[in-house]
Amino acid sequence: MLKLRRFNIICGHYGSGKTNLALNMALKGALEGKKITVVDLDTVNPYFRTAEYKSLLSEYDIELIAPQFAATNLDIPSLPPEINSIFLKNDRYVIVDVGGDDAGATVLGCFSARIKSIDDFSLLYVINKYRPLTQTGAEADEILKEIESASRLKATAIVNNSHLQGITTSEDILSSLKYAENVSSLTALPIEATVVPDFLEQELKDKINNLYPVKIIVKPPWAN
Amino acid sequence: MSEKILMKGNEALGEAAIQAGCRHFFGYPITPQTELAAYMSKKMPKIGGTYLQAESEIAAINMVLGAASAGVRAMTSSSSPGISLKTEGISYIAGSDVPALIINVQRGGPGLGGIQPSQSDYWQATRAAGHGDFHLLVYAPSTVQEMVDLVFLAFDKGDEYRMPAMILADGMLGQMMEPVEFKEREQKAPIEKPWAVNGHKNERPHNIINSLYLDPHELENLNIKRFEKYKRVIENEQKSVEYMTQDAEYIVVAFGASARVAHSAVDMAREQGIKVGLFRPVTLWPFPEKALKTTVESTKKYLCVEMSMGQMIDDVKLATECRRPVEFFGRTGGVIPTVDEVFGAIKKLGGGN
Repeated sequence: MLKLRRFNIICGHYGSGKTNLALNMALKGALEGKKITVVDLDTVNPYFRTAEYKSLLSEYDIELIAPQFAATNLDIPSLPPEINSIFLKNDRYVIVDVGGDDAGATVLGCFSARIKSIDDFSLLYVINKYRPLTQTGAEADEILKEIESASRLKATAIVNNSHLQGITTSEDILSSLKYAENVSSLTALPIEATVVPDFLEQELKDKINNLYPVKIIVKPPWAN
Repeated sequence: MSEKILMKGNEALGEAAIQAGCRHFFGYPITPQTELAAYMSKKMPKIGGTYLQAESEIAAINMVLGAASAGVRAMTSSSSPGISLKTEGISYIAGSDVPALIINVQRGGPGLGGIQPSQSDYWQATRAAGHGDFHLLVYAPSTVQEMVDLVFLAFDKGDEYRMPAMILADGMLGQMMEPVEFKEREQKAPIEKPWAVNGHKNERPHNIINSLYLDPHELENLNIKRFEKYKRVIENEQKSVEYMTQDAEYIVVAFGASARVAHSAVDMAREQGIKVGLFRPVTLWPFPEKALKTTVESTKKYLCVEMSMGQMIDDVKLATECRRPVEFFGRTGGVIPTVDEVFGAIKKLGGGN
């Protein structure tokens, strides 16, 4: 089961499902009565980012810190000054949604010393077997090394988020377990959770130990 | 890769081009297209291909002209302002009768505009993708899977007709992720390109790729010949998809991401008993006028839904010979119409609110 720590950083390959995971972690934490701050630290992606879910987050009283021009027409990845406040908020749980690959993780580098000084922090490496450039353990390991080098941080755990959006079947997820174990042994990182879309939770709850059900929140505007 | 994988539209365009035999990509980064170039930069070196980030869009399109002149499958990709820069080169490619693939992942305009999705380069793609008498094949995918399929088709048809082809996508399709499948395709023998400048080896007269003609009559004759070819393209290459048009009193005409919104809106309207269907052009040039024309008798009104100020309306009016009213609903500047808004516009067709 995914444990919400004081400081949770979510990294991974482009499109591995970081934003959807970050939103779910935030909503679950808020429902448990925790004070949550979500940081959209994505300086790479123009769309499909946590900043677009500002109104959803505010419904749950979740604070959002995002680049000033996120979700606007301006292509300037500048960080807001409030970002420094995340290191001072001892009463809040912070979830940081980082951009994809090493390009997205580079921005983490400037905070690495401060992040390392936090006792209760996790750097989750999100993987999806059904993404073309991370389909093998070796490829996933290579991308993690690039992310760690760019961010000057070491990952603490893997989150297996293998899925095919709305058409994901139980079989798709079960057949990803071996892949996740392979990534785990190559990277020497534990698998902290196996993400399962909520519509498969019943089918899979007895078959997967560390199952973490999520709602599909990130989707195109015409989807129901 | 015959099983389903999850891909961003931009990546799928890149992978499809590679699988279609393209080994020469020349580009310049621009949002919201950049993942396509990024994908090529990672993949091309591994398969012996060329990924080259040129010093500008203009340089990139001229590199495409050079590579394609040698007979290889070559491509470039960009987004709206970058495509404007490429238009000179696109005209040269068309004037040289060289096939090439140009991908436009559209964003809001005019000018530097913005980085959110748009479809406001319809006129540019179908009317004036550069100076002079010429056309491009223009394909408008509306799913990530269709992006893949149309890249193959665009390369094949470009080679067949010796003309440049464009995939007119938009930022939403480029950035969104969907499951895709790369089906095993029949290995076709590559089309012969006896015109290519790839070394005559003393076995044939040397070829010249050129778009400059000193004698105006020579140029006129060439343009006339080229338009005879375009006539064949118009006759044979129109593509469209219809949804619930069989008994429809009203037809929504939309392409690309707008068609996805319109599809959901048509479903909503059908649930309320409104007889409405969706006509989705897949080729924008040639516009699928033959198929649209067959709907005129049974249709009361058409509704164009676009992410622009209404650039496709004229083509719908021409195809339907102005025999029925053509209404319009659109959002522009990077704003995507919502399903509810389009549903509202459909209700208005019948006089409802």
